[in-house]
Amino acid sequence: MSDSYQRPLPILTDENRHFWQGGRDGHLLLLRCRDCRYWVHTPQPRCTNCLSEALTSEPVSGKAEVETFTINIKPWGKGMKVPYVIAVVALPEQPGLRVTTNIVDIDPEAVYIGMAVEVRFEQDEDVWLPMFAPVAN
Amino acid sequence: MVDVVISGIGQSAVGRKVDRSGIAMTVDAVIAALADAGLDRKDIDGLSTYPGKLTGNLAHFSPVGTHELIEALKLRLDWYNGGGEGGAQQAGLLNAVAAIKAGYARHVIVFRTLKEGSGSLYWQQAAGPSAQRQRVGDRFEYLMPFDALTVINYVAMSMQRHFHLYGTTRRQLGAISVNGRTNAALNPAAIFRDPITIDDYLASRMISTPMCILDCDAPTDSSIAFILSNAEAARDLRSTPITIEAMAGALHSAASWDQTDMPHMGAHDAARQLWSRTALKPTDVDVAQLYDGFSFLTLTWLEALGFCGIGEGGAFVEGGHRIARDGELPLNTHGGQLSAGRTHGFGFVREAVIQLRREAGERQVPGDPQVAIASAGGGPQAGCMLLTRR
Ligand SMILES: [Zn+2]
Repeated sequence: MSDSYQRPLPILTDENRHFWQGGRDGHLLLLRCRDCRYWVHTPQPRCTNCLSEALTSEPVSGKAEVETFTINIKPWGKGMKVPYVIAVVALPEQPGLRVTTNIVDIDPEAVYIGMAVEVRFEQDEDVWLPMFAPVAN
Repeated sequence: MVDVVISGIGQSAVGRKVDRSGIAMTVDAVIAALADAGLDRKDIDGLSTYPGKLTGNLAHFSPVGTHELIEALKLRLDWYNGGGEGGAQQAGLLNAVAAIKAGYARHVIVFRTLKEGSGSLYWQQAAGPSAQRQRVGDRFEYLMPFDALTVINYVAMSMQRHFHLYGTTRRQLGAISVNGRTNAALNPAAIFRDPITIDDYLASRMISTPMCILDCDAPTDSSIAFILSNAEAARDLRSTPITIEAMAGALHSAASWDQTDMPHMGAHDAARQLWSRTALKPTDVDVAQLYDGFSFLTLTWLEALGFCGIGEGGAFVEGGHRIARDGELPLNTHGGQLSAGRTHGFGFVREAVIQLRREAGERQVPGDPQVAIASAGGGPQAGCMLLTRR
């Protein structure tokens, strides 16, 4: 039994491996329909727009905008480091395309809605977590 | 068209920790509801609950399912139903209404039992140290790896966006918590009865910005049971029948917390559907019991149900005058879950019935309330019902 807190990690499956391991090559990969070009996130068996089965993973730009966020203050488990920022970020590739993440490399108090952020990856075991940080400059 | 009425209500002991098993508390609540209606268990032909019996880390969230109660009371049922998906915490009620209207049952027990005061939840387990690294799948897979471990975090993000879009403030929102506590002082069964002020609210401990501890309801051990009846069959019962004028549990937006449309959420879908099923209007409502698992959810319901405009909830509740017991829309008159304890939506329905029967004693709203509304849920789930005394 370890006393240091470890974040829960996803169970990797054929359906989600692209999302959690694309960061190994520096890419945020989401499913996209080859027929209608619609982005599908979270992963689904078919395109949610046209029901085509022709889904493959493609990289997004990695740019995003903070749609909303919260600074979590309360430690929920032993050894958890607080505060930290949980956010929903909107991806420019498609209206309503959003990812839940952490905003890192910034004072939590400085995060605001509408802030421009970009992806960076944090490896933890066999998972590359897509985190977002303020766009440089 | 078959009319459905609430013919009986019952509640077990409610507390932070109650020294009785989940099934014992459920039996207590059901016996009380049967006595209230003037029914015998032999009259019962239907049973409904939500989310059904859960095991493992979630056992405290729902320790009793239909099977335990059927055995405990030797029920002989024509129809029964449980399960964790549907119109939020009111799903068990919505299904019972449908069954009665379809003629599958005449008198249905609907219950909800919690041992959350005594127990823990999945996210607490996930956050605790353990011999093995936690791996998560299914519906929380895209949240928990970012330490978004609790619904508190998700609702806080919705709050933050509402504050951003509409200029809503903590001082405004806090009026919902203060109002609940004021009302709880008149409810002997409430968990927290000491009054609080808006300054207490503003000074209280932050959990996940902008949500503070006084925005969060209190986990309890409790069981509440209702008897829903075909109105014809209930004609000669002991209690004052309260008619379910309309119910709704629509979900047109996303079904998961990570993709729900913040800050509006499923409440808007269910609310729109509710008003499409009745000739009554928001202005006809005499007393409102709107889900406050978190205070912000009540604000969402006020807007969704049309008691004020979208984005105007903060201004509507500010200062607490409109929502007071003697205000234009008496709100959460038993204290809500924030102060009376988390009965997971069922306490609101019970209080609505009590107010319409004028059995609320000291906390009875003035006048002659004829129409009450009760809602449940937040985020991607929502259910609401309109009750009338005829
Ligand atoms: Zn497509």
